[in-house]
Amino acid sequence: MKYPIPFDERELKLKTIQMRKDILLATHSAGSGHPGGSLSATEILTVLYNCILRHEPSEPENEDRDRFILSKAHITPGYYSILARTGYIDPAEIPNFRKFGSFLQGHPKKDLKHGIEIGGGSLGQNFSVACGLALGLKQRNKTAMVYDLSSEGELQEGSMWEAIMAAPHFKLNNLCMIVDYNNLQIDGCASDIMGVAPLDKKFEAFNWNVIVVKNGHNLKEVYDAFKKVEELSKTTEKPTVIIATTIKGYGVSYMANVCGWHGKAPNKEEYDKGIQELDDQINQLNNQQ
Amino acid sequence: MRNWEMKLVRQGWADALVELGEKNPNVAVFDADLSKSTLTNLFKDKFPTRSFNVGIAEQNMVNMAGGFSLMGFVPFCATYGIFMSGRAWEQIRNTVCMNKLNVKFGGAHGGLSVGPDGASHQALEEIAVMRCLPNMTVIVPADYDEAKKATLAAAEIVGPVYLRFGREKLPVISAENDEFIVGKAKIIQEGTDVTIVACGAMVAEALEAADTLKEQGVSAEIINLHTIKPIDKEALIASATKTGAVVTAEEHQIMGGMGSAVSEVLSANFAVPMGFVGVNNTFGESGTPGELMKKYGCKSVNIVEKALEVLKRKK
Repeated sequence: MKYPIPFDERELKLKTIQMRKDILLATHSAGSGHPGGSLSATEILTVLYNCILRHEPSEPENEDRDRFILSKAHITPGYYSILARTGYIDPAEIPNFRKFGSFLQGHPKKDLKHGIEIGGGSLGQNFSVACGLALGLKQRNKTAMVYDLSSEGELQEGSMWEAIMAAPHFKLNNLCMIVDYNNLQIDGCASDIMGVAPLDKKFEAFNWNVIVVKNGHNLKEVYDAFKKVEELSKTTEKPTVIIATTIKGYGVSYMANVCGWHGKAPNKEEYDKGIQELDDQINQLNNQQ
Repeated sequence: MRNWEMKLVRQGWADALVELGEKNPNVAVFDADLSKSTLTNLFKDKFPTRSFNVGIAEQNMVNMAGGFSLMGFVPFCATYGIFMSGRAWEQIRNTVCMNKLNVKFGGAHGGLSVGPDGASHQALEEIAVMRCLPNMTVIVPADYDEAKKATLAAAEIVGPVYLRFGREKLPVISAENDEFIVGKAKIIQEGTDVTIVACGAMVAEALEAADTLKEQGVSAEIINLHTIKPIDKEALIASATKTGAVVTAEEHQIMGGMGSAVSEVLSANFAVPMGFVGVNNTFGESGTPGELMKKYGCKSVNIVEKALEVLKRKK
């Protein structure tokens, strides 16, 4: 399989900047969409799809592939970008995001040919799917892993905790949940709206392996966490959660940690400013060489 | 009154699951702590490694089954109809139906005839809330053999199927070698004056009603509409054309149920006077099945009354 590729921090950093440009392009072109949570998950998606998941974009149905399930499924700008930049989707499709007739739906539609294992959009649903899939892989004696990307906001859904209870019960050590903990949701700070802390203790009490990532934008820290997951999946019978502290809107100055950028598109001026910032980041990286 | 042989409908579903388990290694069962009621414990006893109990967590059950189906399995979910079609409705809509996943639903203990458990457990809305979902097939078997055949047939369909059946024994109205085709209504008695379309427990009531109507000189045609979706338009239009009057009968809310489905077909194709027998905008209560079916208007006498009323409106 083409992936995973070796960890190269500089290369990955360039990829995250490209993803951020894609996120701005997709939401600006659509005039809507969810940039904030896409930007907070950018490093997680980049490390996962490049350096962790065993997958081959030319064989999206390869039965030994590791599976990625997007349960915070509104972050399609980030999701479609990583699928485009790893070879499942033509990057030229990105400006068609959310447009009539495009397969780049506002929330994902099941489309295995383009790497989309399952549709989504309703929070609290796809982690249960991930559990069932992990159970099915075990039933078929497959060693593939299932990675599910969730968020602290999604953990407010009651059905999440049904599934969080079920995963260790069924000994799903081939399952990993990543919590993109940016602490912002539509109506404000998650800790003000409906606090979910302390997540590490909650998962421990539910019999999970817990890995805390203090900075979900530090590529090495994210990578090391995923390598630890691989190890735990072999040495324990429990599922593992990575609780990654992130910043919503990270990487675009005016979006960072601003609640209003959950589901709002940048206008032309904002778009140009964001692209300029990201291009500057690329130039800076190149000058460091 | 006819002398009926009585048999558990849910036993038909459970026997079919065991049969499926033997011939199809991909068939699995997901339970939510009601396997003794849904009789899926019979499957579990024979195929413990393909039987999964998620506890009292119906939403997780439905979507775990959905994820499991992605590996080529054919999971059957089992719980009471109220929790399946109610609690887990959005999972069924947004995950199973929208993704067209190969998950089957056995909604047990549907209808008033659950009896003493009372209103909270008496599902009266499943046909309405399941038939409006794209990709969904909805079947309401009328007796043991039909439940068995419907369950076997559900495994052959690629995509979601909802099977609704009750707790009580029901009269055996079909024969073991009767043909059962999903989506094909069965004319179980021919008549010329009025058509009675029934499903589930109401099919036997319709047969009783037809006997009474016959004594009054009314010839009733009876259709067992076991498949609510996809609905057999041709059979319904042909019978309405022949008799010119239609009564529907279901152990379910009238609003949105099987009768509504029939009227959608007939009003758009061949409008005739119609009458609806079923639960009319109320919840149930505790009581014996017989007491409840009587109080809430789900007996043969209600069908007779409605037929006579509709006949008056017939031109």
